[in-house]
Amino acid sequence: MPDQLLFAMEVTLNGLMAGVLYALVALGFVLIYKASGIFNYAQGVMALFSAMTLVGIMDGQIPFAHLINAMFGTDLHHFGWHVPALAAILLTVVVMVVFAWLVQVVIFRHLVNQEPILLFMATIGLAYFLEGFGDLMWGAEIKKLDVGLPQGINDWIDLTTFETFGYGFFIDNLDISATIVAVILVAGLIVFSQYTKQGRALRAVADDHQAALSVGISLNYIWVLVWSVAGFVALIAGIMWGAKSGVQFSLSLIALKALPVLMLGGFTSIPGAIVGGLIIGVGEKLFEFLIGPMVGGATENWFAYVLALLFLVFRPQGLFGEKIIERV
Amino acid sequence: MLYREAGDFSTTYPQDSQTFPIKFDRYRYYAVLAIAFGIIPFVINDYWANAVFVPFLIYAIAAIGLNILTGYCGQVSLGTGAFMAVGAYSCYKLMTAFPEVSMLIHIPLSGLITAGVVTLFGLPSLRIKGFYLAVATLAAQFFLVWLFNKVGWFYNYSASGQISAPERDVFGIIVTGPNTEAWAKYLICLLFVTACALAARNLTRGMTGRSWMAIRDMDIAAEIIGVNPLKAKLTAFAVSGFFVGIAGALFFSVYLGAAEVGESFGIDKSFLVLFMIIIGGLGSIFGSFAGAAFMVLLPVFLKNVFVGGLGWPTDLAAHLQFIVSGGLIVMFLILEPHGLAQLWRIAKEKLRLWPFPH
Amino acid sequence: MKLTTLTIAAVMAAGPVMADLVFPSLSYRTGPYAANGIPFADGYEDYFTLLNERDGGIGGVPIRVIECETGYNTEKGVECYESTKGEGALVYQPLSTGITYQLIPKATADGIPVHSMGYGRTSAKNGQVFSNIFNYPANYWDGASHAVTHILNENSGDISGKKIALVYHNSAYGKEPIRTLQELSGKHGFELMEVAVDHPGQEQKSQWLQIRQQRPDYVLMWGWGVMNQVAIQEAANIRFPMDKFIGIWWSGSENDVLPAGDGASGYKALTFHNLGKDYPVYADLQKYVVDAGKSAGAGDQLGTALYNRGMYAAMLAAEAAKTAQEISGNSDISPAEMRAGMEALEITQAKMEAIGLPNFGPTFSVSCDNHGGDGYGAVAQWDAGAGQWSLITDYYQSDQSIITPLVEEDSAAFAAENAITPGCS
Repeated sequence: MPDQLLFAMEVTLNGLMAGVLYALVALGFVLIYKASGIFNYAQGVMALFSAMTLVGIMDGQIPFAHLINAMFGTDLHHFGWHVPALAAILLTVVVMVVFAWLVQVVIFRHLVNQEPILLFMATIGLAYFLEGFGDLMWGAEIKKLDVGLPQGINDWIDLTTFETFGYGFFIDNLDISATIVAVILVAGLIVFSQYTKQGRALRAVADDHQAALSVGISLNYIWVLVWSVAGFVALIAGIMWGAKSGVQFSLSLIALKALPVLMLGGFTSIPGAIVGGLIIGVGEKLFEFLIGPMVGGATENWFAYVLALLFLVFRPQGLFGEKIIERV
Repeated sequence: MLYREAGDFSTTYPQDSQTFPIKFDRYRYYAVLAIAFGIIPFVINDYWANAVFVPFLIYAIAAIGLNILTGYCGQVSLGTGAFMAVGAYSCYKLMTAFPEVSMLIHIPLSGLITAGVVTLFGLPSLRIKGFYLAVATLAAQFFLVWLFNKVGWFYNYSASGQISAPERDVFGIIVTGPNTEAWAKYLICLLFVTACALAARNLTRGMTGRSWMAIRDMDIAAEIIGVNPLKAKLTAFAVSGFFVGIAGALFFSVYLGAAEVGESFGIDKSFLVLFMIIIGGLGSIFGSFAGAAFMVLLPVFLKNVFVGGLGWPTDLAAHLQFIVSGGLIVMFLILEPHGLAQLWRIAKEKLRLWPFPH
Repeated sequence: MKLTTLTIAAVMAAGPVMADLVFPSLSYRTGPYAANGIPFADGYEDYFTLLNERDGGIGGVPIRVIECETGYNTEKGVECYESTKGEGALVYQPLSTGITYQLIPKATADGIPVHSMGYGRTSAKNGQVFSNIFNYPANYWDGASHAVTHILNENSGDISGKKIALVYHNSAYGKEPIRTLQELSGKHGFELMEVAVDHPGQEQKSQWLQIRQQRPDYVLMWGWGVMNQVAIQEAANIRFPMDKFIGIWWSGSENDVLPAGDGASGYKALTFHNLGKDYPVYADLQKYVVDAGKSAGAGDQLGTALYNRGMYAAMLAAEAAKTAQEISGNSDISPAEMRAGMEALEITQAKMEAIGLPNFGPTFSVSCDNHGGDGYGAVAQWDAGAGQWSLITDYYQSDQSIITPLVEEDSAAFAAENAITPGCS
């Protein structure tokens, strides 16, 4: 096979993998939007915050050490213990549940029935708050995150493809594990929403708030639940992205990578987030590979959005979004 | 008592349709103008101009522009940063191509160019609505930033890729470049703010404004009663783009003096301006000013309190600043979802009754 | 607004009556680049604290460091500049390309010198045009040449037909070396491959696939922030030989290599100052600053690459202030005298030895024609096992025959655009 074709195949495969990573971030948005109509811009910062908390717990960092030291002149840094990854993940989930509960009680309970744009702004305010809070709590330096996921080129794929095509494909082990995790996560979410009581209640709320209220579903409870699940998804996304770049402020910017995925897939559809992620991943990688060199490269950021925009012109509610019905 | 409509009789049509029909409003407006034009220029220094007044005035123009689009016409845009960049780069190209022409012509021209570009990016709004549109405007944000960064023509092929404002004057008074006096910077911004605010106020009171508001409230219903959605939406995009373009041109030429597109006109700017109009109040010109003042002053104020007043380490102060501004924004949205403008309206209601509350 | 006025008034009133030397530190301890801003700011401040504690300041005059948080944001930088310049600031280290470009015209108009060490506008090397801007000891174009010279040395002087890729941050900063590298590729006959990474650079799969497919012999990197960590990780993932991967000095801190773990071992970065804490001055720092509980920030950054860079910047500023005191015969110097001191600055081995930093950086001298030093730099390599950077070359000079005409050309363009008549005052 000609080299260009092989290269394109490799790029496509990697695009699919990148798409899975985008979809992981997008999932968190979809969950919250579906259940409460809130477009949660803070999802990216939640990923950052949860990853910071995870690293902090694993390394036994003392929260707010810098603040305490500055106030009392002490010299505290670490508790001096190391928590195994799995236990730390569980503890982080607990933190995210508490966070979800606080968000619901302090903020969104007071904003029920407000316009969507106000809710959106409130989440941006929340994002600012959480950025400052996370830095204050765990410090602003770059932290290495290692929960034991394999990273680097997958030798088996490299060898097999080399023997078949004469060119070894590069697939990152981390991406493979991300794909597996994403599949489990989506399967888990589907089982949860189809077969558990809470999941059914969640779907009822997503369909119609008032009808759900009238059959005795507690909106507050469901919202705390959905924010917790979104926090968990954020943690997974934070682990995957944090493994690549270390845990640092820029992790919060992955939200921007998820927005075109949402547009394309529709704000309300979980399969949409996955398919949208794959389309965006492959689309932007192929565009960068084929057209990028002609226009000077670095096209991925805007191309994802333009691609999503093109789709929207034909389907204004996204590929899998609920049909928008407007009545006067 | 203090604020009242009673006893204010209009005897002619022009009187009835003037910009501020109520006497108290009118006098307040004259007083603000008198202070802004008559007193501040004489007492202003570099710090107050560069840290407070000039950014406030420029952001006020941008906020008015976005408020027209989002507050009056209901189209959420997250592309403000890039649209300001269009204003800035057209201003730069005009300034360097026609050095002898006055800035008073360059800046509105940059506004016009921006209006054209924004209208183009407004076309999808005819098909896409709500958050989908908001995210779609992000396409403009990222694409324009990439374009200005990539195409050398926009920054005159300078080795650094930055644009920097050469010295230009208005009637012999230097208004751009490093040797600009604080009061000159302030006055040129004030001039444009006043003109823009007046134009915006009168546009929103007239036929155009009413058709925008009809579209905002329910676009299908508006279409049925005979508002042309194509025309209404695109004029809103164009007018908004004009104001945002002026703000961008001033931001680059008068305030910053040198700019790089990714850093100065990134997505943060889009969010910042959106914040201003939400905090200030959607669909209110006064709100645009109040929001701009709030968002410009808050960080300066917090910094002065934490670092200057309490003597804390700057990094702790900066983290706290994030926490406090985020918290304040959320608090505001909870306590007064309609923004500072609504507080002002309530204050007026109270003043009308004061000192007899019943 | 009233409260702000009050606060400002309070600050003014609380200000000192005694003469002091004011060195503002425009730091960024928050925001996306905080991890890089913290060690630099700590080093900068600690060195001045050391001078105050040990020597009672410079020439008997105490030093006052005013720290102002910019968050790497241009507008906050402007606010910081305006709020500190009235305090008698002697020299600004803007620490971000954006803020530097802001301050070039402003500081020149206000008569305050700016030292952009290893960043900012490269052609500021030409002091005839940029009277108040200094960028010694080395700039980006020097860096590009250093990297190519290093590759030349590794290949015994012949790199024609080799392929060198440049992975760069798609911004003004990242594009800096392209022109120089193009000239150098013409001279040495290597093929240059440009790979742009858009801000912030979290996702670089396509860029590194491209590198894997095109198989360049060397990769140079002009990266910043999260882009560095991801690029080093991706390079390790595709098993690119790390000793053929060379980053600019802003891609060469511990922050950049640590997240990639062992995979980063062998990665090289350019530098213009020495690394590690094996210097006599560190004993003094420990004694007068750390043990006295006066260290800036958390006090845990000593000896990191960026801490050393901050300390080096402070050292150069302090030496320039000493020179200024000698020239003017005045111990409480003004910004204009400081500028003259910077222009007459000479760094020799003897001077560095006396400070307790023997062989810490290149020797160089500044003059009106040359605000950029002599363009010496070195290459450092990361050893993940030992967890430290070490210099693997001596300081060597960049290819002046390429860089001087480029500086001339760009500064002439700036002079024409801003109606500046080049010349020495």
